[in-house]
Amino acid sequence: MTQYMLSVHHDGTEDFSSIDEATMQKMFADVDAFNTELQASGSWVFAGGLQPIEASTTVDATGAEPILTDGPFSESKEFLGGFWIIDVADLDAALDWARRGSAACQGKVEVRPFQEEPS
Amino acid sequence: MPDRAWEQVFRAEHGRVVATLARRFGDLDLAEDATSEALVVALEKWSEEGLPPNPGAWLTTVGARKALDRLRREAKRDGKQQEAVTMVDDSPPDDLGVVEDDRLRLVFTCCHPALAPENRVALTLRMLGGLTVAEIARAFLVPETTMAQRITRSKAKIKQAKIPYRVPREADLPARVGGVLAVLYLVFNEGYLATSEETDPIRGELCDEAVRLTRLVVQLMPDEPEALGLLALMLLIDARRAARERDGMLVTLDQQDRRLWDAERIDEGHALVRRCLQVGRPGPYQLQAAIQAVHDDALEFPDTQWDQVVALYDQLLAVAPSPIVVMNRAVAVAELDGPEVGLALVEELDLDGYHAWHATRADLLRRLGRSDEARDAYLRAAELTQNAAERAWLQARSTG
Repeated sequence: MTQYMLSVHHDGTEDFSSIDEATMQKMFADVDAFNTELQASGSWVFAGGLQPIEASTTVDATGAEPILTDGPFSESKEFLGGFWIIDVADLDAALDWARRGSAACQGKVEVRPFQEEPS
Repeated sequence: MPDRAWEQVFRAEHGRVVATLARRFGDLDLAEDATSEALVVALEKWSEEGLPPNPGAWLTTVGARKALDRLRREAKRDGKQQEAVTMVDDSPPDDLGVVEDDRLRLVFTCCHPALAPENRVALTLRMLGGLTVAEIARAFLVPETTMAQRITRSKAKIKQAKIPYRVPREADLPARVGGVLAVLYLVFNEGYLATSEETDPIRGELCDEAVRLTRLVVQLMPDEPEALGLLALMLLIDARRAARERDGMLVTLDQQDRRLWDAERIDEGHALVRRCLQVGRPGPYQLQAAIQAVHDDALEFPDTQWDQVVALYDQLLAVAPSPIVVMNRAVAVAELDGPEVGLALVEELDLDGYHAWHATRADLLRRLGRSDEARDAYLRAAELTQNAAERAWLQARSTG
């Protein structure tokens, strides 16, 4: 089995404030249903949606003194909105979950394998 | 360098050996390296003792031994004695899909949609076709180092992302088979008109391999009309193989000795086209097969039912429009309505970098008696083609 991270990325062009209530509710319901199915399948490891990028703080302790910065580490417009970590047999299984997850949350999903644990 | 006969054996067996080792060791990279090492051993051994009775089995055995040696070496180096033992799993893999053929598994892996399309073709030609990286680089018109990196990265992705080594489950097959058919057709085309100077101009073994693998896909999906269509198309074109080359020069359809055509392949192709018609879901491969069936029906070139050919090209344009289809349709129109009408259609196309466009123009200009322009066009086509036999023919044509 291999663990994959399915991450949902926003490219900064989405206007979440303009989404109407009904659409939003449907998205929540779809994601809920997807999560329930993922858990029931036994492939669920962990998942979470993240607060807006404005809530982030960057810590840099690579030097002598740790430096705290208000905001994300990069100036890029893209940011991570949330993710699932799943444990499945191979890429085909991961892609299948990603397809359903993308449809549920109405966002692009990047599928990336974790490094194997050292034996 | 191996001599010709060996090179052919190596090419023919490459896919089988890599595919078997990849299943056994679950690692494409290791399978490829072990196969290359086995070929080096074979070269030494066979030059003294001659070809063994079953070169493929011999190469697979030696390749497996080479792979095991490497796993043991690596395990020793990493201080992991256990590893080599656990990695070699002789128990059959759990999900083999519906057809148990290592090479078909290898095709589906090399053609996986998670790989970029150009990388799928490159991997298939390398692993299954046994082409060298240099040959594939030439076929794609990219530097050899670029192609080597592409193939290395694709193999790394297969391993890291765990692209499965198996035929997809039945539910996923329809979505996956289109990509496989496209790659198989490209392999066939490389055999039909090779793009490397160092191989035969017609690489029958690649055509045979493409036909064989397409047959397997047809077996796997007997109701998929485009798979039937592609198999028919390949058979109907490949039936002319023996008539397509004479004295190192390509022979065009109008000049071929049709008695050399393979009647068995033509019959099989025709039967497949009829089966497609019964299914009644036409697609690009089926229509191209139908066009070739009309050509193969004619006892002599002037007997060709050109009106049928044009009608089928019209249908093909409706489902898969492309300038190359427009050009091929124009060739048929020229037979019906005269070279002037055909030439006007050809001139409208923006295909200046495509050798066949110049060759088509040249032929139409020649028939119109515009010999200076025809000669220039033949020479331009000869410059652009990568196939030695086609170049020889075009050069001969340019001098009248």
